[in-house]
Amino acid sequence: MSEVNATTSLAGEEAVGFSPFRRGWMKLLRNRAAVFGGLLILAYLFTALTAPVLSPGDPSAPNLMASLERPSWKHPLGTDELGRSILGRILYGSRVSLLIAIGVVAVGLLVGVPLGLVSGYYGGKIDFFIQRITDMLLAFPGFLLALALVAILGVGLKNTVISIGISMVPIYIRLVRGCVLAVREQVYVEAARALGTKDVTILRRHILPNVLVPIIVQTSLGMGTAILFAAGLGFLGVGVQPPTPEWGAMLGSGRAYIFNAPHVATFPGLAIFLAVLGFNLLGDGLRDALDPRARG
Amino acid sequence: MFQYVIKRLISTVPVLLGISLLLFVMLRMLPGDPAQVLAGQMATPEEVEVIRHQLGLDRPIHVQYALFLARLAHLDLGRSARTQNPVIQEIWARLPNTVLLAVLAISLACLFGIPAGIVAAVRPNSWIDYLVTSSALVGISMPVFWLGLMLVVVFSVLLQWLPAGGTGSWKHVVLPSLTLASFVVAFIARMTRSSMLEVLSQDYVTTARAKGLKELWVITKHALKNALIPIITVVGLQFGMLLGGAVLTETVFAWPGLGRLIVDSILARDYPMIQGTILVFGLLYILVNLVVDLIYAVVDPRIRYE
Repeated sequence: MSEVNATTSLAGEEAVGFSPFRRGWMKLLRNRAAVFGGLLILAYLFTALTAPVLSPGDPSAPNLMASLERPSWKHPLGTDELGRSILGRILYGSRVSLLIAIGVVAVGLLVGVPLGLVSGYYGGKIDFFIQRITDMLLAFPGFLLALALVAILGVGLKNTVISIGISMVPIYIRLVRGCVLAVREQVYVEAARALGTKDVTILRRHILPNVLVPIIVQTSLGMGTAILFAAGLGFLGVGVQPPTPEWGAMLGSGRAYIFNAPHVATFPGLAIFLAVLGFNLLGDGLRDALDPRARG
Repeated sequence: MFQYVIKRLISTVPVLLGISLLLFVMLRMLPGDPAQVLAGQMATPEEVEVIRHQLGLDRPIHVQYALFLARLAHLDLGRSARTQNPVIQEIWARLPNTVLLAVLAISLACLFGIPAGIVAAVRPNSWIDYLVTSSALVGISMPVFWLGLMLVVVFSVLLQWLPAGGTGSWKHVVLPSLTLASFVVAFIARMTRSSMLEVLSQDYVTTARAKGLKELWVITKHALKNALIPIITVVGLQFGMLLGGAVLTETVFAWPGLGRLIVDSILARDYPMIQGTILVFGLLYILVNLVVDLIYAVVDPRIRYE
């Protein structure tokens, strides 16, 4: 999906004369897959914002008389083992997963971007130090790192965010550092330095704008990964704890009823899939539209 | 070559030491007292004290770490706080199960992913290309544990062809390895496609075609051989993700592997076991990366390790 296909690259040529962001935006709108991804994300944001209106009442209040009911008019997606509406819990679950995803990406950005900038711009000992820590974090594949951090920090919403957030930090550090190395030696940076501009100003005004596009792309993909990881931790029982409606945890408890009530595990998984798909489609589209050089 | 392997193996030692130090320090900064957990709620303070002494938790922290390292050198990772068995013994018992699952999954993923990526690249923007790229995207976005459960619904609950979990016969391996493979096949197909697309536009491919060579020969001999390096890289990286996916897959299918062990240990706050399994996972990942580096040299003779 990373290649610019014929129609989108044509759109880019037609748009010569517009600003790069305007051109990218037009390319993005011509990319049907990315637009579909954007619509999925809009639907996801909508349910997250309006869950209390769409599904009034407490999503965690049990109603044991109605446990494990199949989908019906009253409960379009059926009920879980405690008789709670699965649709209602999925709607509320979108708030939980959105909250986690935003928190995770915020941790990744706030910690990873400054460290990457400093590491790439100053080089030397500080670069060496930051890179060795990055190596150590990267010695674990993402999900295992998050799991290991949960093992240390403990379960719960806050620790889920911190653990997955930290597991993304090395990705941002590497990404930003690489971009900084590429622009550090450019003439305009040298000129700014020769004029006596402060390092902080150079980093903010001359270097950061150049690393913005990869950061935007990574952030969209990162939101998807965050939702997936959080659901994974929830499924294992080490993420967000019941009775909070969390998609992964819903799947995890639905697993016990897979033989007589498979709908309990089916629908939360579908919700996770659609949300992650949205961010992945948009991320791929953004990369094609804004940064045609990047492949992979 | 041999020297390079030795050098690479030695260079993993600082990383592993770093990981072990970080783990060690952080596990000890935790709230909650492992001695208390082990002794149980009803234990008297004296009993807790005895267990703390047995675990060496009453010594200064740097002494604890030194002791830990010394034991590590003898492959002694301590005893599980939950089962009292040596940690290394429990890991050893489950390691083959995880390795079997991982190797089967990665083989399946290569078997399907590489041909799919090649076909997509040879006919870009055709229906088959769209089929491959969109199924790859679906594969990447799908939670692996959900796919596993859906496979159980279809093949165990509805069709009743295959068991829903556990071990025993070859039938038990089918669903877990398919689930785990789906997780990586998408990445492999995507990378194969973009790597092949890049190579197929090279002059030497045009030359080979102009010489009148058969298309199949051009694709396998001229293109694929040159496109392999990024593919191997992604297979290696995916092996790491596979270890992460194994944790989830093993939980879905009640598969007695390392992944299940680590989750159970986290839930039981079994620190020695957590420490041991994480170290072993790190070691496995490092070893896979080393193997990938060595395969580079076999595939691409321009790469030499002095």
